[in-house]
Amino acid sequence: MFDSLSEKLGGVFSRLRGKASLSENDVMAVAREIRIALLEADVALPVVKDFVAGIKDKAVGQEVIKGVNPGQQIIKIVHDALVEMLGSESSDLQFGPSPCAYLMAGLQGSGKTTSTAKIAKILTEKQNKKVLMASLDVYRPAAQEQLKILGEQTGIATLPIVAGEKPLAIAKRAMDVGKKEGYDVVMLDTAGRLSIDEELMKELEDIKNFAKPVETLLIADAMTGQDAVNTAEIFNNRIDITGIMLTRVDGDARGGAAMSMKAVTGKPVKLIGIGEKWSEIETFHPERIAGRILGMGDVVSLVEKAVETVDQQEALDMARKMKKGQFDFNDLLAQIRQMKKMGGMGSLLKLMPGLGGMSGKLEEMGMNDGLIKRQEAIILSMTAKERAKPELLNGSRKRRIAAGSGTSVQDINMLVKQQKQMQVMMKKMRKMGKGQMMGMMKNMMGGKADELELMAQSMDPDGMGADMDQSALGPNPFAGGGNPLAGLGGLGSGLPGLGGPAGGMPAMRGGTKKNRKKKRK
Amino acid sequence: MVFWRKKKNEDRIEEELRDDKLLHPDGEPELEPSIDQDNACISEDLKENELEESESDIIDELDIMPVPSHTSLDDVQEREELSDDSEEGGWLSRLTKGLSKSTNKITKGIGDALTKSKLDQETLDGLEEVLVSADLGPKTASRIIEEFAKDRFGKEISEEEIREALAGNIESVLSPVANFLTIEKPEKGPFVILFCGVNGTGKTTTIGKYAHYLKTSQHLKVMIAAGDTFRAAAVEQLAEWAKRGGAELYQKDLGADSASVAFEAYEKAENEGYDVLMIDTAGRLQNKANLMEELTKIIRVLKKKDESLPHATLLVLDATTGQNAFSQLDTFKEAVNVSGLIVTKLDGSAKGGVLVGLADQYGIDVHAIGVGEQIEDLQPFSAKDYARSLMGLE
Repeated sequence: MFDSLSEKLGGVFSRLRGKASLSENDVMAVAREIRIALLEADVALPVVKDFVAGIKDKAVGQEVIKGVNPGQQIIKIVHDALVEMLGSESSDLQFGPSPCAYLMAGLQGSGKTTSTAKIAKILTEKQNKKVLMASLDVYRPAAQEQLKILGEQTGIATLPIVAGEKPLAIAKRAMDVGKKEGYDVVMLDTAGRLSIDEELMKELEDIKNFAKPVETLLIADAMTGQDAVNTAEIFNNRIDITGIMLTRVDGDARGGAAMSMKAVTGKPVKLIGIGEKWSEIETFHPERIAGRILGMGDVVSLVEKAVETVDQQEALDMARKMKKGQFDFNDLLAQIRQMKKMGGMGSLLKLMPGLGGMSGKLEEMGMNDGLIKRQEAIILSMTAKERAKPELLNGSRKRRIAAGSGTSVQDINMLVKQQKQMQVMMKKMRKMGKGQMMGMMKNMMGGKADELELMAQSMDPDGMGADMDQSALGPNPFAGGGNPLAGLGGLGSGLPGLGGPAGGMPAMRGGTKKNRKKKRK
Repeated sequence: MVFWRKKKNEDRIEEELRDDKLLHPDGEPELEPSIDQDNACISEDLKENELEESESDIIDELDIMPVPSHTSLDDVQEREELSDDSEEGGWLSRLTKGLSKSTNKITKGIGDALTKSKLDQETLDGLEEVLVSADLGPKTASRIIEEFAKDRFGKEISEEEIREALAGNIESVLSPVANFLTIEKPEKGPFVILFCGVNGTGKTTTIGKYAHYLKTSQHLKVMIAAGDTFRAAAVEQLAEWAKRGGAELYQKDLGADSASVAFEAYEKAENEGYDVLMIDTAGRLQNKANLMEELTKIIRVLKKKDESLPHATLLVLDATTGQNAFSQLDTFKEAVNVSGLIVTKLDGSAKGGVLVGLADQYGIDVHAIGVGEQIEDLQPFSAKDYARSLMGLE
């Protein structure tokens, strides 16, 4: 939707090449672009103003590093400042003497109830806490039932519902039960309320004063706009929050609200919600949100997404096949499905630094997820024998498959070519030697955390963005010298089992050719 | 022997060249295959996008049965309630009440911006910031300010005049899209409205309010299909709203296919002579391809009944949403051809200014706004009143 800051700055800075240092005028010229980028990312205006002023001070007089585009250098400065601003010392959840209360508050529809269950689950599983959840939402129909069902789904205890009980009374009963039955944490899930609703804010204050929670979390939607400052400020003034949980970070919002709320309250963003499953909750990483705000993609999330969807046993099976240099349609199908599982090609591209803008272009070329779906259909229309032995495919078999999958023989030829290319790649890999490969595999699956850290470092978003920028701006991102997909290859090599994007690559090349042919005419 | 080995080497080189050629056909851009790449491995259980297992048992245990208990007495009472509200621009007072809390700041902003009596660049920047703070977004805000300044720059202007003029500009953007949804029952079957949106925007609440409106003011026979089969207790929540709104609820178990809920609800509504069928759907983030696919499936299945279905597809948008609303409308429009918007939670401190940009860029109808948690808190959208409230007028 929005151009990333790096794309915008590319134009502003083209005339700056060859300069030794950044003058005040240079910085002023980009200050406006930075301001717009932050506003489009929904960072609140007062926060943007302070931030841009700070950036000006930092950037003026800086020497231009040789070999670096000044735009990229500014982005680096902005990025680092964002990380610094978003970062926090203590984002771990705190505990007190049992039972300690956790108070969940926020606007309507920000995701309090789901977040309550998610936090309860990680406290139970990772911290070995005995957790009781209680819904204080007596206003929204079926809100209490919702938490009860979530409790049953997650196996976390919930306070029995007593019809007609007032929120404060529920809180009291919850704390009593917590004490009597030896719970470590009592989670109080309150009703959603507007910050300007005096009556309900008073109710929240009363609950807070009674329960004296060790954690008072403001739950806020990552899509929140300029209002984030008002909401955060008022909630913080009224109930002195201890932290913020940002939900729906798995959406495509830039998440500027995180910055606004951190800035006005001074309270850390402790957790982020990244999906509808129970496990999809994470601690907050400032550098990722900083990257998103600037539209630089989120490499670390991509890596983690890949790790999440990969099964160790399957990885070993695949390695065994690779050793033999095999790659048949069954493997291709597995890759296609993996890619779908990870959210399709577009969503993968969006996560990649500098490539976010390209997802639209791919779409124009017909390289959308529909293609992946068609390819899946083709493979599913093959017999088991054909899948295992691609060389069986002759003209009449292809016609049958085309009819069965609602595609054309050309589509099938394209897929066959893709499979052949992968097969060749496999052979090459085999020649590389199994020792090297298995060692790598072990690395990936073993010290996951260290490896990820390392990978994230080696894939410096700034650098990658710089490589890809120019080509991404061009009319045809694939033609011409700098191949933006070269970065993809590099990425694939670093990722454990990231067969998805790699599997998609040959397909992209197919699309490229078609595109170029059209141009020649 | 040596010769033989050489020959073997040559063979291998040739084979590699062949492979290379296959891998890099002529004219292909240079792309090194990643040689040290690990491979895709998928566990069996990941191969399908599985739904949460059905929680029908839990629901059975809860023993919640939607019973439409709507008597003629209720009807009379509701009409009274509604007439209370529709007199004297009831909704407007509600909106202004809500917005006034939020416009205090904006109005103050304008006062601050106008430091001198003549309109200069500094004042314009200040005004632009006022609009940005209302979530209009930097682009739309600067466009409106530009238009505003065109023949006023350097001239004397009062604060009141600025507000009037800006409200006028905003109104002119919004008035073409402020159209209430007209319901025309087709010859065959009910008028079908599909509700969609991201999580937590207020779809279910809006449906309850809308059902109430259709029943009390247009005296239509309304059925609601509980298409959110994903979120826990979503059906119970909708059942309560259906009861309040006096509508019939069609529901299936948690985890059921929402397309089949919609399809069966349509058949039932058609057979039993309902005027309107409203289909609730689960909240979904627009960048989740598989969830969006689920939504398009609902439409596909409905179209099997009648090509003109659904007659309206409404995107429910939360007023607190910032610039991501563009992405939401863009994606939902592409997936299910959204025909109009309903903006909720306008009674809070958020102003929903992103609406102005959406109207400008997409020209999409804004049918109604949500201004509270009561059943009558859904009102037609009026461009003039909204623009004036936004600028702190009246």
